Amino acid sequence: MSTRPSTGSTVTRVIGIAALIALALLLCAAFWWSEPDAQQGDAVRLFYLHVPVAILEYVAFIIAGVGSVMYLWKRSVFGDVMAHAAAEVGVVFCALTLITGSLWGRPTWGTYWDWGDVRLVTTLILLLLFVGYLALRQVPGDRHTRSKQAAIVALVALIDIPIINRSVEWWANRTLHQRSTLIEGKIEDINAFATFLGFLACGLVLSWFLVHRFRVAWLEREVATHGLERALSERRAEGAEV
Amino acid sequence: MLRDAGRIAAKDLRIERRSRVLTTQVLPFALIVIVLFAFALDASTDALRRFTPGLFWVTVLFAAVLSVQRIFAVEVEDGALDALRLSGVDPASIFLGKAAAIATQLVVVEVLLGLSVVVFYDAEPDDVVLAAVAGVVAAGGVAAAGSLYGALVVNLRVRDTLLPVLLLPVLAPVLIAATRAYGDAFGTSAVDGWAWLGVLGLFGVIYLLLGILTYGVLLEES
Repeated sequence: MSTRPSTGSTVTRVIGIAALIALALLLCAAFWWSEPDAQQGDAVRLFYLHVPVAILEYVAFIIAGVGSVMYLWKRSVFGDVMAHAAAEVGVVFCALTLITGSLWGRPTWGTYWDWGDVRLVTTLILLLLFVGYLALRQVPGDRHTRSKQAAIVALVALIDIPIINRSVEWWANRTLHQRSTLIEGKIEDINAFATFLGFLACGLVLSWFLVHRFRVAWLEREVATHGLERALSERRAEGAEV
Repeated sequence: MLRDAGRIAAKDLRIERRSRVLTTQVLPFALIVIVLFAFALDASTDALRRFTPGLFWVTVLFAAVLSVQRIFAVEVEDGALDALRLSGVDPASIFLGKAAAIATQLVVVEVLLGLSVVVFYDAEPDDVVLAAVAGVVAAGGVAAAGSLYGALVVNLRVRDTLLPVLLLPVLAPVLIAATRAYGDAFGTSAVDGWAWLGVLGLFGVIYLLLGILTYGVLLEES
């Protein structure tokens, strides 16, 4: 009996359902259970999505970096495919960070974008660096060479992450971003719970995307490697039948 | 290693002197960009003077993309890159040689652009030493990143379109630091240009180290 090809499994289905439930709970916590902030008003509700997405974007890019090192060091195909998948998901999360941040910034800071804010600008540069990485990945050619080049591009791009992370401290007079709210424990009760739900939901979504994208990339690689051999053997089998 | 790097840089500059791509294409291109900026900013000398540092460095980066493309394009023809690899020269020397050749060309571009902004934008540096030192250090940083990414895309059919997409975001910190340093040198912004020179130097060192460490892997089978 033939089964329908799929990148899903019991584990991914559990992750997917858990992600949907966590997202539903996040919406309830953000829009109904939590109160508007004294200073930010209703705009604070975006905070529950913006902060987790921003931090998980780093996680995705760091996974891409680890995968790249694994490939350069040990020629690990697993690491290479993981780096590609994580970079793609990271780009989506990075774009979401900038979009939610801009939407949050308009009512809170009075502007969608501020070129003086170092964190904002360095995050945009990170997005552009990984867009370049994905563009390189799309170029046809020898797989090993392309993987090697992409790994180097990813590692160069990663230099930007500590700069983004420390920018609020290094350029304290040139940023609209507040200092680390979570680490300094400035949020409490239901707001903390909503933020926790944000991390949980976004973390599950990231994992779901990552696993599926990894499996798709792996299958693409397998097809590219074995597709021709399989097609040839099928043709030979047809010839034998005649 | 440095001697081989010097030889490779000399070879590239010799090719350049014979082909004259820098003088007949890159320098005119940089000049055209400077003129176009003047049209784009409504030919306002005040605005042009105020924005001279940014306009200057954006033009340098555009010219750098052309220089990098050119310096690696000569290696594609007749399998020259393979011959270079077969010569047994340390990849780090090839990287440093290419970077030195690009940096030399960029310094020439900067000198022409410096004269252009004095004439066309009425912008004269108050601190010539800072402008000169920042110009050389930034050229080194741009050249190091250019040498790395130029080798990365050299054998791709889409290298001309992909190179700027990969290289320009990486050069953003150099653009920011060089613009700040020139802002101080030209007296258009109240910042400590020498501190920004340190940032320029830091990024230059990072790009140099990355190039030295990864060039061997990059040239292995590219």
